[in-house]
Amino acid sequence: MSGPSTRTAFDRAASEGRAALMGYYPAGFPDVETGIAAIKVMVESGVDVVEIGLPYSDPVMDGPTIQAAAQQALEGGVRIADVLRTVEAVAATGVPTVVMTYWNPIDRYGVARFAADLASAGGSGLITPDLTPDSAPGGGQAWIAAAEEHDLDRIFLVSPSSTDERIAMTTAASRGFVYATAVMGVTGARDQTSDLAEPLVRRTKAVTDLPVGVGLGVSNGDQAAEIGRFADGVIVGSAFVRTMLEGADTTAGLRALGTLTADLADGVRRARR
Amino acid sequence: MSEQTQAGVFGDFGGRFMPEALIAALDGLDVAWQEAMGDAAFVDEFETILRDYAGMPSPLYEATRLSEQVGARILLKREDLNHTGAHKIRNVMGQALLTKRMGKKRVIAETGAGQHGVASATAAAYFGLDCTVYMGAVDTRRQALNVARMHLLGATVVPVESGSATLKDAINEALRDWVATVDHTAYLFGTAAGPHPFPSMVRDFCRGIGDEARAQCLERYGVLPDAIAACVGGGSNAIGLFTAFLEDPDVAVWGFEAGGDGVETGRHAATIGAGRPGVLHGARTYVLQDDDGQTIESHSISAGLDYPGVGPEHAHLAASGRAIYESVTDTEAMDALALLARSEGIIPAIESAHAIAGALRKARELAAEKGPEATVLINLSGRGDKDMGTAIEWFGLGDPDRVTAEPVGEPPEESAP
Ligand SMILES: Cc1ncc(COP(=O)(O)O)c(C=O)c1O
Repeated sequence: MSGPSTRTAFDRAASEGRAALMGYYPAGFPDVETGIAAIKVMVESGVDVVEIGLPYSDPVMDGPTIQAAAQQALEGGVRIADVLRTVEAVAATGVPTVVMTYWNPIDRYGVARFAADLASAGGSGLITPDLTPDSAPGGGQAWIAAAEEHDLDRIFLVSPSSTDERIAMTTAASRGFVYATAVMGVTGARDQTSDLAEPLVRRTKAVTDLPVGVGLGVSNGDQAAEIGRFADGVIVGSAFVRTMLEGADTTAGLRALGTLTADLADGVRRARR
Repeated sequence: MSEQTQAGVFGDFGGRFMPEALIAALDGLDVAWQEAMGDAAFVDEFETILRDYAGMPSPLYEATRLSEQVGARILLKREDLNHTGAHKIRNVMGQALLTKRMGKKRVIAETGAGQHGVASATAAAYFGLDCTVYMGAVDTRRQALNVARMHLLGATVVPVESGSATLKDAINEALRDWVATVDHTAYLFGTAAGPHPFPSMVRDFCRGIGDEARAQCLERYGVLPDAIAACVGGGSNAIGLFTAFLEDPDVAVWGFEAGGDGVETGRHAATIGAGRPGVLHGARTYVLQDDDGQTIESHSISAGLDYPGVGPEHAHLAASGRAIYESVTDTEAMDALALLARSEGIIPAIESAHAIAGALRKARELAAEKGPEATVLINLSGRGDKDMGTAIEWFGLGDPDRVTAEPVGEPPEESAP
């Protein structure tokens, strides 16, 4: 059976008058077991929703940090089975756990088969950065049907460049939450938050009741607080990965990851809504 | 969903699998392109540029010495004589003219062999645009001449070290640039692959190859060729040739992919021959991939064919059986390069040498069946200057101890059974 919808984490955060903190981390980095340990540290330190990255050979939406982690994971031999094993270990903590993946690995694995295996690992859904609801042939509609059958969230992206018409189409096809990419660009921690985020969240909320998470670039508690004032969720990825990349050793990396997560969790709590 | 996303589907292939951030730009490009093609002034300007600046139509040349050796009439569509030395200038001039029409001031491009990069740098100089070209670091080394040409033409060349450091990684990097700059930047895509509208748009800008060749052949010989042939990397020169003939059921259509060390070795770029359906760079097509959907790196002596994907229309033509795709190894291609050089005085690009090698192989079969009247029309997509470094290495031309009075590169005839 699939895990709880990500919606449940947003509802709980909202009842506490704050945004949810969502953490991205690629499976198998630097190896499968350490990856699981890292994500567990993130969960213990305050992440409300976990996004597990499926390392892919051609990550066109990712900047150097996540590219490097994915490459290291692939060189270490990570397989889709390892990603599902990671989902299982993390979902067992009770936190809603989704997979973030480029489309071809799912296409190759088999859309229906992946949906079934993700659900039985306790996963809650999928974030699809290069699959829109209208991706065709054999794309968005196939995934929506499989997600429907296995009770999984389908989290599509909206962008500052999306037309209102496309935001309406995309949110209508989504379940769980909507992923708003706050900058025009690839993933990577940024020093400044983007002024494109707030108008995008406003435009998205005008057409849907789904929670809206904002991602791309957040790296510290102050930025999380800033975004938490207008978004339902704050998504952090590269900053976590960079922390593990830069850690002197695994122990130091995990400790720094806990500190960063606590700072971010504090950030979303400072931004009372 | 919207009509635009359904367009660009070829049977089970094509379509669009792209980040939402780029969809508005792709939709905008699609609309602008369709409007431009419906505007006589645009089409006229495109044709004028190709004629007066880039040297089109390219000649159709009857290779008589080669024909004698093979026993069939061999016609070469001389795209190597185009300005900048390859068919790529057709596509680029079309896209750059469209860029001007859309009011954008900066262009980016990916390149493998460097021919598309050179053509893009040329178009940028012609139209006064800012130009950045992404090129795999492996390719900047093996196509150094073209890097120098791009620099001289005023383009910025960015070597890409990620992944296999070849064409697919150059495309990844160009897409990353585009996501961040799409409001003022046009992506001049170099082949008939990628998300809609690129495969259709690139095809239409390149289709002059086949339209001209078909008319030239009919005018001179009063008949259509029995077969047409082209090399297939992403597939722009091939679809540019094929399109005019697809409704001619008696014309056989042959595409040749890079077989590298041989398909059985796993070191090749025979995407249609050895790949499986999947999604790469925004389209559903054949992809060299493992069981987890990870792209497998391709291998070819030819930088322009060294790509683990292929344009979706070719995937469809292969699946439907309208065209036949075979592979040609590095060795076969280099033999054909030497053969063409010595029998006709033409040094082809290594990409084009794949078409020569494959087409001659099949032309012999055709000649056995139909006799010397059998006519095979091959697209000579580009000239070989850029490949002299590779040729020097392959044939040992740079080694003073190996210089002999004998010419290099045994023609296949002499060694063939
Ligand atoms: C001369 C020449 N022919 C063919 C190709 C392969 O590209 P396509 O398959 O798009 O024609 C290239 C690519 O660089 C080229 O330079």
